[in-house]
Amino acid sequence: MDRGEGEYAAAPVLKIEGLHISFMQYDGGSRRKELTAIRDLDVEVGAGEMVAVVGSSGSGKSLLAHAILGLLPYNASMSGKLMFCGSELSEERIRQLRGTKIVMVPQSVAWLDPLQKIGAQIRKGRGDRKTRQQLKDIFYRYGLDQEVEKMYPFELSGGMNRRVLISTAMMEEPKLVIADEPTPGLDLSVAKRAMGHFRELADRGAGVLIITHDLELAMETVDRIVVFYAGSTVEEAPAADFNSQETLRHPYTKALWRALPQNGFEYIPGTQPRVDDLLQGCPFAPRCGRRTKDCDRPVPGRELRGGRVKCLYAE
Amino acid sequence: MVRQWSIRIAGYALRLLILLFAVSVLTFALMKASPVDPLQANVGQTALGSMSQEQIEKLREYWGVDMPPVRQYLSWAGDFLRGDMGTSLYFRQPVENVIADRLRHSLLLMGIAWVCSGILGFFLGAAAGMFRETWVDRGIRGYCLLMSSTPAFWLALLLLMVFGVWLKVLPIGLSVPAGMEAANVTFWDRMRHAVLPALTLSLTGISNIALHTREKMIEVMEQDFILFARARGENRRQIFRHHGFRNVLLPGITLHFASVSEIFGGSVLVEQVFSYPGLGQAAVSAGLGSDMPLLMAITVVSALFVFGGDALADLLCGIADPRIRRGGFRE
Amino acid sequence: MKKRNRRQKMCIGLRFFVLFLLTVCVAGFICTDAARVTDFSRKNMAPCLLYPFGTDWMGRDMLARTLKGLSMSILLGVLSATVSACIALILGVASATLGRAADRGIGFVIDLMMGIPHILLLILVSVALGKGWKGVAWGIALTHWPSLARLIRAEVVQLKESPYIQIAEKLGKSKWYIVRKHMLPHLAPQFFVGLVLLFPHAILHESSVTFLGFGLDAGQPAIGIILSEAMQHLVTGKWWLALFPGMMLVLVVTLFYEAGETLRKLTDPASVHE
Repeated sequence: MDRGEGEYAAAPVLKIEGLHISFMQYDGGSRRKELTAIRDLDVEVGAGEMVAVVGSSGSGKSLLAHAILGLLPYNASMSGKLMFCGSELSEERIRQLRGTKIVMVPQSVAWLDPLQKIGAQIRKGRGDRKTRQQLKDIFYRYGLDQEVEKMYPFELSGGMNRRVLISTAMMEEPKLVIADEPTPGLDLSVAKRAMGHFRELADRGAGVLIITHDLELAMETVDRIVVFYAGSTVEEAPAADFNSQETLRHPYTKALWRALPQNGFEYIPGTQPRVDDLLQGCPFAPRCGRRTKDCDRPVPGRELRGGRVKCLYAE
Repeated sequence: MVRQWSIRIAGYALRLLILLFAVSVLTFALMKASPVDPLQANVGQTALGSMSQEQIEKLREYWGVDMPPVRQYLSWAGDFLRGDMGTSLYFRQPVENVIADRLRHSLLLMGIAWVCSGILGFFLGAAAGMFRETWVDRGIRGYCLLMSSTPAFWLALLLLMVFGVWLKVLPIGLSVPAGMEAANVTFWDRMRHAVLPALTLSLTGISNIALHTREKMIEVMEQDFILFARARGENRRQIFRHHGFRNVLLPGITLHFASVSEIFGGSVLVEQVFSYPGLGQAAVSAGLGSDMPLLMAITVVSALFVFGGDALADLLCGIADPRIRRGGFRE
Repeated sequence: MKKRNRRQKMCIGLRFFVLFLLTVCVAGFICTDAARVTDFSRKNMAPCLLYPFGTDWMGRDMLARTLKGLSMSILLGVLSATVSACIALILGVASATLGRAADRGIGFVIDLMMGIPHILLLILVSVALGKGWKGVAWGIALTHWPSLARLIRAEVVQLKESPYIQIAEKLGKSKWYIVRKHMLPHLAPQFFVGLVLLFPHAILHESSVTFLGFGLDAGQPAIGIILSEAMQHLVTGKWWLALFPGMMLVLVVTLFYEAGETLRKLTDPASVHE
């Protein structure tokens, strides 16, 4: 039961502050060690918005989706503030809301039951007239034949895949849609079309959170971009700011911009460090040209020109 | 489509024949290599001592002691393919008769055990895998561990002690009441005598299937699509009904049919304890008595059941799995 | 005070298990003579303080017999299972690395052996080798390798696909070098788990085959012999002859299974961080 949803109508659909995820592992033998995957993540998604969390592959940002949905593995521990529509998203609350108000759109058909027909799967086994009609309508909308309902996941072609996957979200009336790498390996024009489906969901009033490594795609399709580096979010900016380097804030974001093919393909030396190898301060400090001693202490986030940044020297 | 399936079945049949042939060769070689003197084993030292050389020669010929191996095998194989399984040296009857008679009893026993252990084992294993680490799982695992560690023959002895000797509610052995005329034996008589052996076999068979089904269920539960189902708000019961059951059914079928081998092995022990005149007991007698034709026939027949079971499981999975049924076989 | 985590508890458990096994074996060795001594004045006694497992119709102390029989079964089982596991390792690796023909050939032999019910195969092999303890030992050694070999083969086939192996091949390292330096260390945990889990199987099969009459001869107090003799006295109500030896056997086998499962939990990547 969403407490006082009317009062908090202005509250963002999703607000995450200071998310920290770590794993208990056995360190070669019998000693237990904690491995941090996400150190300090902030993100906010409003109703009707599309927000992308952009970070390099394997940087741990995929855990974000699982964390929100309450699906972290058994040896993971999580801390930080997770708010949904103004109130805390506790374990119990997410269990009630997932699949209906908070939905996930999976990457590929590997996330579907291989032995269940598409129709039955999308309908979650419900057979009543209303649900069946709803599915027919959605399929019609996306140009999918009625026959697709009777097919199995392995029989779908590439194009059908994405439409089928997004149908799972369309069946509900979600307030929050989370998509983890929704366009793996697709070229830009095809990927943009896929993102168009998410835009439809946003236009219906949902908040859409996209987790991706594809900065180019994000620039062209979402409203706001959150930049993720070495376990922390370092900058949050409107997508328009990514059209030029000057409008960006954080040194890492600028370096990322310069590394894009159309901007010169420049790179800076060094690689993204493991979260556990970092000390207290700014994660980018070891590679940053403007580093000072103050950067070795925790750097707070601040508002800047309509976005947020965690850097002492951004202007 | 039909063509694809016919080719598949033909392939199975061919493979079956080759394997059975190899089984017979292996069995023959093993028996021939045995240093056990069939005369000693069956006639006894004292009897031999009082026989004339001529009589001993005759016996040696009867038991096939001196025949050159290759010739002996080929003559056996030739007869076998024509349907003549030879004569049992131990029972002094045609092997077909011995097997036909014993097979009936064994099928009753193994059939009951196979069905019971298959169904119960599947559901117990699936439940244990789905509700991992709860008391359901722990209880089932504990039972299975205990049963797997218990030799079938000792369990048989225990049941015999409790039900046959102490409580005296079930017969001690054999397959029909001792001394009764064949015509007077009723169906219920047979069933009463089969209860204890079948019970023993079922109890041990359940644990095997349950443990393996549990493993498969755990594998299924770790797949991405289960995570997605959870993300969509499906609870445990729904996940089992819509996803878990179906996905574990296919490996379950394979496991079930593969358990034929274990059940046969168990029946050898159980029949011995209960003096139940089945194929297993015949095998033991044939082994102890170096009765080559009978033992070879039993081995080939049991191998036929095992291989046949595996092939049948494969075909069934092919029909049940839509990826194969609709998509064709992928090697 | 350091809190013992689950893993450390498992290791302690394993140490206790090994200790228990050694105790049984040593006790069995000590009881060698006591197991054979007959004394008709104390025959057919039900369990009491002096003879916790009772005595049999020849007046032999059942406790001593059980211990001796157990230690024999354990030693025989461990020995033959180890040989079997080594055969499995060699053939499993060979079939995955020595080319198509070897793979087909070994695969055929595996199919062949798995087609004959285990006990039947054991009977055949032990008959071929003249029964006795040698027959049983070789029987077990030669019949328990197929499933482990299959597992190892699957592992090696998977390993072959990994980049570092392929790079080693491209660098010109010989197959033997790759197997020794790269694959064997990877296979070690699975091999040891498989090995330990073979022990209970071997012990159970050894006692079964001996029970049927194909194994150790009647003079030895092997568990199978003890139980087969007990069977003949069941009808006269001497329940202790079958109950205690069997219970001890079940106990030892259960401990072996638990040890194997514990080892697996310690090394299997899926559950390794619990």
